[in-house]
Amino acid sequence: MLITRKVEFSASHVCVNPALDRAANEELYGAEANPHGHGHNFVLEVTLEGEPDPVSGMIIDLRQVKQLLEEEVVEPMDHRHLNREVPPFDRVVPTPENLALEIWRRLEPRFAATPARLKQIRLYETEDLFVDYEGR
Amino acid sequence: MRLTRRYRFSASHRLHAPSLDALANRELYGKCNNSHGHGHDYALEVSIAGQPEGATGRLVALGRLDGFVESVILKALDRRDLNSEVEEFATLVPTTENLTAVVAARLAAAWPAAFADSAARLEKVKIHETRKNIFEVQIGPPEPASDVSPKRPTQPQIKASQ
Repeated sequence: MLITRKVEFSASHVCVNPALDRAANEELYGAEANPHGHGHNFVLEVTLEGEPDPVSGMIIDLRQVKQLLEEEVVEPMDHRHLNREVPPFDRVVPTPENLALEIWRRLEPRFAATPARLKQIRLYETEDLFVDYEGR
Repeated sequence: MRLTRRYRFSASHRLHAPSLDALANRELYGKCNNSHGHGHDYALEVSIAGQPEGATGRLVALGRLDGFVESVILKALDRRDLNSEVEEFATLVPTTENLTAVVAARLAAAWPAAFADSAARLEKVKIHETRKNIFEVQIGPPEPASDVSPKRPTQPQIKASQ
């Protein structure tokens, strides 16, 4: 059985690869390359897999899910500048693809220690652009 | 990893199977058979799969994907009448099943040349006809090479109901 929990965080970022010139960056990232940065209301959907416990009837205590997402995602990223305040984005371009990889890296080991298993994350940068990642 | 980008287009259509009589068409398609046609604000989701490139952190440059979908799909479908202006629907009822298959086929046919330098592949196409009706076509993995055409949805209703 799958269960999905949603959280939101708002953050600013700049998508620029310093090894490339300005034209190449604009070609690659478009308006996201604006050096002054800009922000998004990111929406993260975390899908967990497991079987309901016969006693509690729950796959996992949702308070635990909420707490874990708070610690690994919301607290470090909400109302932050990703490039300046959230490693590894001081050296990794904070595209939604890379942000999804980083969120997976943070969450996967934490959920491994719970009755649920991290199945998929979906990260919306805007409602018209989202990334799904299942650990591969 | 899968990246999905959403686009919008508005188009009119009329569902009418020429091989059926007026009554059968009305019964089959209901309001959608209105002889004057009607329209929708469609939302098109294009999903691509692959791994972000190390240096760029992208599956593909988003501007390139947008330009590709614009030139291959949106230019041909947005603010158009599907029945009279889109080649495939001269012989095919423009149900959203068929529309999704046509969009998938066009994207799949143009993808290899447009993204020859990219490891990303086209994975699926989803069309929201309205908020309530959503259609999806998977585009097969690249191997074998001859199987890049999208899987057609179930037979068009017209055939199933004959």
